[in-house]
Amino acid sequence: MTVATADTPAGHEGHHEHVHYTSTGLENRKIAIWALIGSECMLFASLISTYLIYKGRSKVGPFPHEWSCKTSNVVGKTAELVAGCAPADVLKPILDIPVTSQSTFVLLMSSLAMVLALAAVENKGHPLPAGAGWWDRCLASSKFWLMATAVMGVAFIGYQSYEFTSFVHEGLTIKTNLFGSSFFTLTGFHGAHVTVGVLWLMSLLWIDRTRGLGPKDELVVDICALYWHFVDVVWIVIFTLVYLIS
Amino acid sequence: MATTAAPAPINTPAGTSYAPGEATGIWSWLTTVDHKRIGTLYLWTALTFFIVAGIEAFIIRLQLMKPNNQLVSAEMYNQLFTMHGTTMVFLVIMPLSAAFFNYLIPLQIGARDVAFPRLNAFSYWVYLFGGIFMTVPIFFDVAPNGGWFGYAPLTTMQFSGGLNIDFWVIGLQILGVSSLAAAFNFITTIINMRAPGMSLMRMPIFTWMSFVVQFLLILAFPAITIALFFLQFDRFFGTQFYEIAAGADPLLWQHLFWVFGHPEVYILILPAFGLVSEILPTFSKKPLFGYNVMVYSGIMIGFLGFGVWAHHMFAVGMGATADTIFAMATLLIGIPTGVKIFNWVATMWGGNIRFTVAMKFAISLVALFTIGGISGVMHSSPPTDLQQTDTYFIVAHFHYVLFGGSIMGIMGGIYFYYPKIFGRYMSEKLGNWHFWSFFVGMNMTFFPMHYAGMLGMPRRIYTYDIGQGWEQFNLWSTVGALLQGVGLICFVYNFVKSRKRGEVAPNDAWGAGTLEWSIPSPPPDYNFAKIPYVTSRYPLWDIKQPEMTAELTHTAPDAGVIADAHAVPMHEETQYYTAKSLGIPMPFPTIKPLFAALFMVLMMAGLVFIHLDLFWVAIFVMIGSGAAFVGSLYGWLTSPLE
Repeated sequence: MTVATADTPAGHEGHHEHVHYTSTGLENRKIAIWALIGSECMLFASLISTYLIYKGRSKVGPFPHEWSCKTSNVVGKTAELVAGCAPADVLKPILDIPVTSQSTFVLLMSSLAMVLALAAVENKGHPLPAGAGWWDRCLASSKFWLMATAVMGVAFIGYQSYEFTSFVHEGLTIKTNLFGSSFFTLTGFHGAHVTVGVLWLMSLLWIDRTRGLGPKDELVVDICALYWHFVDVVWIVIFTLVYLIS
Repeated sequence: MATTAAPAPINTPAGTSYAPGEATGIWSWLTTVDHKRIGTLYLWTALTFFIVAGIEAFIIRLQLMKPNNQLVSAEMYNQLFTMHGTTMVFLVIMPLSAAFFNYLIPLQIGARDVAFPRLNAFSYWVYLFGGIFMTVPIFFDVAPNGGWFGYAPLTTMQFSGGLNIDFWVIGLQILGVSSLAAAFNFITTIINMRAPGMSLMRMPIFTWMSFVVQFLLILAFPAITIALFFLQFDRFFGTQFYEIAAGADPLLWQHLFWVFGHPEVYILILPAFGLVSEILPTFSKKPLFGYNVMVYSGIMIGFLGFGVWAHHMFAVGMGATADTIFAMATLLIGIPTGVKIFNWVATMWGGNIRFTVAMKFAISLVALFTIGGISGVMHSSPPTDLQQTDTYFIVAHFHYVLFGGSIMGIMGGIYFYYPKIFGRYMSEKLGNWHFWSFFVGMNMTFFPMHYAGMLGMPRRIYTYDIGQGWEQFNLWSTVGALLQGVGLICFVYNFVKSRKRGEVAPNDAWGAGTLEWSIPSPPPDYNFAKIPYVTSRYPLWDIKQPEMTAELTHTAPDAGVIADAHAVPMHEETQYYTAKSLGIPMPFPTIKPLFAALFMVLMMAGLVFIHLDLFWVAIFVMIGSGAAFVGSLYGWLTSPLE
């Protein structure tokens, strides 16, 4: 009886050590992360549909885009149109589009930084061109771009914390009305995903600082990047449906 | 080609669920990352929960045996039917399927393990701890009591104070993590770890149906996860998702739940379909009839399964348009399912049939599922459904498809694969007692329920008055349940006894045609000494009985790929080589997945303390075990696999 020892079909043995044979030629983790993203789509789809179903069903203010009255159910397009409401009881529309546009921009830019981080990891080991300036050195630094991505993620969470606190001050908590419940849950879930992403990035940064990330680690950075871009794309959908469309 | 210098074989008799020469003892099971051992653990655990759920069902039947019975209180009855349903769905049928996913998928596709062995161990431990978390409360009279579907707003604090529903909500979240982690793992395994020559359209049907199920899991579970989060937030943090007075939609839960719940019933039945599609060809000595159509109809069932959820909600008054659309979609599912039934019949047609116990269970699935399918088609029509909904007719229907379908199919699978898993056959004699008492008992239990239901007996009532014509049907049902209990005892005795005293099984216990039968029983930890090259859908028949697969498409093994005479290495001798002597790298055993699972479950369970007015204990438990969970995860991810 012949007993072969390779994971690869015989004939390919020895050519690539430590590389497991796979049916698609892709790494397992790459496939798993796409499956995870598919599943996450359904998760956010459920959250977003609930938000949309509950839009306009809240019995009391504050509302996302309309002026309202603390003591009655009157709603208006402007403060003056909230008829019969004492000025002290008038509630502002909650959503602050200019501020959230800034945080959206920051999150979008973080995806760019993530792309550059992945590129820097893939090109690690290539000598810099002669006369390379600070910009070339910067581009080649995976640590810099991982850090930049993480910092922008933290900034996004900072914006979100600011947003949440100011909403609470304006009278909207998770318990106030259906809008509050569904808004905080939806954006909170997204914020939690960004937080996980930041922890992931910090872990990569830590590996990069201790043993250095190189072309062989492309996959490890790539799956993090896929996750990060996905979380970004979800935000674009949330920003459009929740903030921009009134 | 590299050959090792004469590794020393180990000759030991079979009869354990691990091959000789491998680590034994409790520590080896706590730290195992071997898909076969994890599959075996799933099997033992799920069968234990099966006994628990069976006892719950039996108490329900005793209570309903005669009118105005007072064996259990109404409150305990609520807990019993809720836990019977929840246990059977989430702790018995899904994990029994998972036992087969674990054990069989890598063997059937010619792989040495799943894609992520440690994640696999994690899935199992989460399931075990989550199952314990859900099951224990019934001994303290605080078990979930809102039905397995837990309709909100009924399950909100206003209508269901107390801890009962908390255990249910958190328990299902925990089990969801287990199922999702396993699903990502199996999707990757099936896509990426097939042996050379094993194209998608050569995968055994069991692997195919499992593949469909994993997609249903990852796409359907998020909906219930979100529904459960809303309920959790409502119960613990005062949100208003299910607060009707605040303007909430009373149907929100129902929609989210059934968007998950309907695919869930296919999650429960498709693995059994897969097992039957392995058993019928083997004992008919014919390749499966219409393989391609079997695959496509399985995919079709999974796909359509996402578009029919509202047929569980005809009674809520969605309007004629919605009712019509969902009724049509539901009727459509009858087509691929019917195709499967006819294909199984055609597989047996003209075959050389051996009526083993496994075969009897498989045939009974075809028959009983058809009965349940027909009653299903009846209430896919909204006017009919309005008469039947919430009556025992529905109970009869879903027990025919889930007991007559899933359980009978899985039982067939257990008899069929027992020799592979434990190296010994189960007793056919006891098996026949088991089969006939299950078959007769289940018909006796569930068939009269059709009549009781048509006479208007509602579901979930703990007792009923004399003179409504329900007495004799309920008495029959209880007698049938007793018979099933006898069958279950035969089965448990057979299962335990055969491990040591069953007849020793060869590699190919039944003359089957797929890869798992080409390796020793029980398989060594590395499965395949040499990764096989797959030449057709039945690689083993290609070698042993080529005439049986003559009509199938074949590829000749590539001369560069295969060097020895057999396309599939067959170790007919009971000889075992250790992975080390063959130079096969194996994943290290590790306790970290168990710790990660334990701390994650504690973290999620800690929430319960809030309703015990122990706020700071809750915070301490959740943050403490959360930190320990993250720590275990980092420990796990930073240590090398093999």
